[in-house]
Amino acid sequence: MNIVVCMKETPSTTAEKSFTADMRLERRKEDAIPNPFDEYAIEEGLRQQEKNPGSTVTMLCMGPATATDTIRKALAMGGDRGVLVTDPALAGSDAISTARVLAAALTKIGYDLVIFGNAAADAYGGVVPSAVAEFLGKPLLSYASQLGIAGDKATIQRQAEIGYNVVEAPLPALVSVVKSINEPRYPSMKGIMASKKKPLDTFSLADLGLDAATVGGAAAREKALGAEKVSTQRKGEIYVGNDGAADRVVAFLVEQKVL
Amino acid sequence: MVDTAPERATRHAAHGAVAMPSATDLYNIDSLLTDDERMVRDTVKKFVAGQVLPIIGEHFEAGTFPRELIPAIAELGLLGMHLEGYGCAGLNAVCYGLACQELEFGDSGLRSFVSVQGSLAMFPIYAYGSEEQKQHWLPKMAAGEVIGCFGLTEPDAGSNPSGMQTTARKDGDTYILNGTKMWITNGGFADIAVVWAKAEDGIRGFIVERGTPGFTTSDVHHKLSLRASVTSELHFADCRVPAANMLPNVRGLRGPLSCLDEARYGIAWGVNGAARACYESALDYSKTRVQFDRPIGGFQLTQRKLADIATELIKAQLLALQLGRLKDQGLAHPVQVSVAKRNNCRQALNTAREARSILGANGITLEYPISRHMNNLESVFTYEGTDDIHTLIIGQAITGLNAFA
Ligand SMILES: Cc1cc2nc3c(=O)[nH]c(=O)nc-3n(C[C@H](O)[C@H](O)[C@H](O)COP(=O)(O)OP(=O)(O)OC[C@H]3O[C@@H](n4cnc5c(N)ncnc54)[C@H](O)[C@@H]3O)c2cc1C
Repeated sequence: MNIVVCMKETPSTTAEKSFTADMRLERRKEDAIPNPFDEYAIEEGLRQQEKNPGSTVTMLCMGPATATDTIRKALAMGGDRGVLVTDPALAGSDAISTARVLAAALTKIGYDLVIFGNAAADAYGGVVPSAVAEFLGKPLLSYASQLGIAGDKATIQRQAEIGYNVVEAPLPALVSVVKSINEPRYPSMKGIMASKKKPLDTFSLADLGLDAATVGGAAAREKALGAEKVSTQRKGEIYVGNDGAADRVVAFLVEQKVL
Repeated sequence: MVDTAPERATRHAAHGAVAMPSATDLYNIDSLLTDDERMVRDTVKKFVAGQVLPIIGEHFEAGTFPRELIPAIAELGLLGMHLEGYGCAGLNAVCYGLACQELEFGDSGLRSFVSVQGSLAMFPIYAYGSEEQKQHWLPKMAAGEVIGCFGLTEPDAGSNPSGMQTTARKDGDTYILNGTKMWITNGGFADIAVVWAKAEDGIRGFIVERGTPGFTTSDVHHKLSLRASVTSELHFADCRVPAANMLPNVRGLRGPLSCLDEARYGIAWGVNGAARACYESALDYSKTRVQFDRPIGGFQLTQRKLADIATELIKAQLLALQLGRLKDQGLAHPVQVSVAKRNNCRQALNTAREARSILGANGITLEYPISRHMNNLESVFTYEGTDDIHTLIIGQAITGLNAFA
């Protein structure tokens, strides 16, 4: 089985964020990490490879030329090869452009199972997996908290308000995973050494046969207008004295469905 | 979404200012590391944050070593990570140092475990063992299936190991060991001990398996330092080991001293992790603790402490890094290891004490890492050559005069 994990490079969640004049996130190489949500996708790809002997895992990323380091971080966890799609014309791409590029890259490299994290920690759009599925005309099993492959069928569990839904689709299929699906492994020291020797191909837009006018800032239909710091100050409520404080606490707990 | 470095450089130049470096890497030492090195560091850092910090305080209090972490440590490939082949990862000395640093950010006991296994038990087998010994032991030790310890110190021979009284008498194709080793890290649960003893032809190293008749261990209790680590005595009473268990390729004090050199190197890095933990904790506290209506970090006296701590940490990190670079080129001299071990242990201990004072009463509890590190560092200051002994090594190197005895 040909497994491809789509992984984005994002700034580390603790990194200081700043924006360019045209509201693009300033990306510093030192802060770059694999999108934390994608770690679950990477782990799931590796587990499916272990469960389905003979499978290969490819890490696919669209990003700046320096994102090869981020792909290597994923390859240090495991997998066989990396593919980076990078091109100056991609700067400023929105979710749809990104999906267009990933779909073209997937078509070029071939796939039976494509795994995504359910969102990226920087933009938090969460629409790329479904857009890629649309471009490819293939089924998407979204928000998987469990994934099984049997024959040429993929089956997932999707958490619902009460219990979970079981959803299945024929392969080739796309799957987006949620955090509860697994516990991502740490890259091992040997894995880090081995990652340096794994093949890592770089594709440009021309390699994918894509027109620069259909991607990047020019084609973006989504525009960031502003950004503001979220205040993380929490406000506690304090009830004082004997006049009904206990009742108010109980009422609050009932309201929160704790009692 | 793609942003290029030259673009950024122009932007910064246009503003005429360099961005404020992070308080925990004030000198941008990060930029001196390769991607691999950063990856190793970040991996171990994440492991420590996820698996070690939540449990280490309880182990320290209970006086137990977190043995449950051994499989994960082995899985990460940290045991003998700087050795090549035999199931080891073969990373460079800087990577090994960074791993020690991050482990000791967690606890000196944990770093000691890894130092002893990799540098003091696996290294002598790797460097001086026969091919059969290497094939037999190293892969299992890298996998954490066999744990080792290193027996050099004795009740009456600490700083002066040449005064050791443990003997190895040849008898046919066996050696008979007699004597006591003291203060041996991992001793109580180790599967094998690399023991140094006086034979007819000088000091020799032996691999002694647990369960060998005449070999027993007993743990040291009531320690107030390195509590999350097992420290033991090894007893040898007419303990017969096959001659094939002797390390064939080294004789004399050079054997154990070369191992110590490896481990001291790791310590020079490790203590910077403990110091950083104290620094981060104190810095954080100083910004939130309010007295006299302002954060205590706003007082000049607190800032003097923090500025000293930050500066000493930078110096210690640079000492360790340059030592690592020299080591990776095969150019590190033992006196340089002494400089770094001595300075970095000193500064880490001072940092722990200063940081503790910033936390006031809170600083003495296990809620914060500082007192735990402070107590641990007393051991680290002493083992692998006390501060005094390294002073004498450096003194002798620069004057050419021996002041030991
Ligand atoms: C927690 C812990 C774990 C340890 N683990 C191990 C281990 O795994 N394996 C092992 O073999 N050992 C181990 N050790 C032992 C350690 O290496 C020794 O404690 C150390 O070498 C010092 O020896 P000593 O304690 O006998 O002190 P001593 O040598 O008696 O020294 C006492 C004091 O005298 C000073 N002194 C000694 N000689 C001189 C001199 N010539 N000039 C000036 N001052 C001098 C010393 O600096 C020190 O201040 C461990 C120790 C501890 C505390």
